[in-house]
Amino acid sequence: MFRQLSARFGSPVAMAIVTLLGMWLIMMVTLPQLQMIEYSLRPNLLPAQIGGPDDRLTVANYVTLFNNDIHRAIFLKTIWSSVLVTLLTLAVSYPLAWYLAKVATPRQAALCILLLIVPFWINEILRTYSWFILLAFRGPLNEVLLALGLIERPIRFLSGDAGVMVGMVYAYILFMVFPLYNAIESLDGNQVRAARDLGAGTLRTHRRIVIPHAKPGIATGCIMVFMLAAGSYAVPALLGSPGSRWFTQIIYNWFFEGGNWNQGAAYAFLLLVLCIGFMSLVMKLFKVGLGDIAK
Amino acid sequence: MTSQRLLAFGLKFYIVVFFAYLFLPLIIMSLATFNDSRFPTVTPWGGTTLRWFGELWHDGGMWHALSNSLMVAAGVLVLAVPIGISSALFLNTVSSRAKPFIYALILSPLLTPGVIIGISTLIFWRQFGVSGGIFLTVLGQTTFIAAYVMLMVMARLQRFDRTMERAALDLGASQWQMFRRILLPYLKPAILSAAVIAFLQSFENYNTTLFVAGYDTTLTVYIASQVRTGLTPAVNALGLILILITVVLAVVYELKRRREVAAMARLKGG
Repeated sequence: MFRQLSARFGSPVAMAIVTLLGMWLIMMVTLPQLQMIEYSLRPNLLPAQIGGPDDRLTVANYVTLFNNDIHRAIFLKTIWSSVLVTLLTLAVSYPLAWYLAKVATPRQAALCILLLIVPFWINEILRTYSWFILLAFRGPLNEVLLALGLIERPIRFLSGDAGVMVGMVYAYILFMVFPLYNAIESLDGNQVRAARDLGAGTLRTHRRIVIPHAKPGIATGCIMVFMLAAGSYAVPALLGSPGSRWFTQIIYNWFFEGGNWNQGAAYAFLLLVLCIGFMSLVMKLFKVGLGDIAK
Repeated sequence: MTSQRLLAFGLKFYIVVFFAYLFLPLIIMSLATFNDSRFPTVTPWGGTTLRWFGELWHDGGMWHALSNSLMVAAGVLVLAVPIGISSALFLNTVSSRAKPFIYALILSPLLTPGVIIGISTLIFWRQFGVSGGIFLTVLGQTTFIAAYVMLMVMARLQRFDRTMERAALDLGASQWQMFRRILLPYLKPAILSAAVIAFLQSFENYNTTLFVAGYDTTLTVYIASQVRTGLTPAVNALGLILILITVVLAVVYELKRRREVAAMARLKGG
């Protein structure tokens, strides 16, 4: 590998490339993850006990999750809520991506994409905070609903999981729209017209032509959104309440309130396994590879 | 035919609703900055005021967090941009059986939740006696931002015409001259865009930073803590300023990118 690099760029540049890449992949990407796993397999000990008889490998930190009813329930809730967020985001994004890729004129599409990109650049915290104001107990949404006579007293939107999920769909929607748009855009318009000429209705055209073609985009969007949702700390912290805690908040507490990093590492690793599991499942279901996702 | 038209109308309507959904929360948040009320809201409207900008100006914690954010972003640029360029050059040059594995490794930070990158960085550096702070924030953020830089540089590198490289060497340039005078200038637009994105990613990051920042609170972490504890419309004033800066940056960046794409299309067509 080094020979190919130095043949093209000369040894000094090749050396720099290998050093930088190696440092990154070893010191930042690989070793910290391995260390986290190792940490998760050790008990939480006082400094004096380290290296002593109690310092041995154990799965006790993983067993905690299964014995603690509250943590287990939050873990499961995080999974299914993230799946729900992913499906909701897909449903909301699909018509938009279809419009951008195949219905809009190039000028309309260019304008819409600019309008999409601008909020995408805005801080996730601020985007979430804007929902905090909107959904507040005495906030504008409640006032509007009251004024319209749709509700009799204000609703506490910020006390359950619904507020968190709405905020997540809002925060991560563009990670779904862009992969979908890229995938649908590459579909030959003649295929859609042919399907229509042969008598297929709108639903059928989408089910048989557009969706199969957009599979890599759907897979990429779903993987990204699920990962972001399951791993989100900001949205549940801002829009949730103590009653609607997310798994990431439990992890945070182990580190900075419980002071048990080993336990926290085990929970963090479970979250990582969850995300990898979801990714593998989606890649298998949609028959796409890693190369399709990075596009 | 009428059902077709109804569907087309429905789609248009949906698009309008979608963009309203996208912008309304941000507009309401911005409006709340000007409401003369102890709490950030637009209902009820207590009169128009600019005093929250003044309060923000005198908020020492905000300035401190801002300076931390800028230092972190500078550190991330210094590390992530060269690493990202190196990875792109590596993937573009090397053919080996280990390459798919290395490629997967390079992409893996993008598919790892930010909190986990923060946690593993924190744990890894503990054995060297390094605890959370600006240094770890730079390292944690670089872990995934370098991969974004790689993707952006790679996209341009793949369109590079390697006959230019050979021509330079045939005309007597050294490999270093070729790299310095041909390849780097060609990559420059992608490197600049990647630097802009890297800066923003760093500035905005919350999930990773939360775990590695220690007492060196960055601006994003500061905003989040203000929302959860001492919430006043000063947060909205800060948000509004950040949004305005971001919007200007985003529009400039996007228009510049489009000009480049158009120029490229002209070159190809002509």
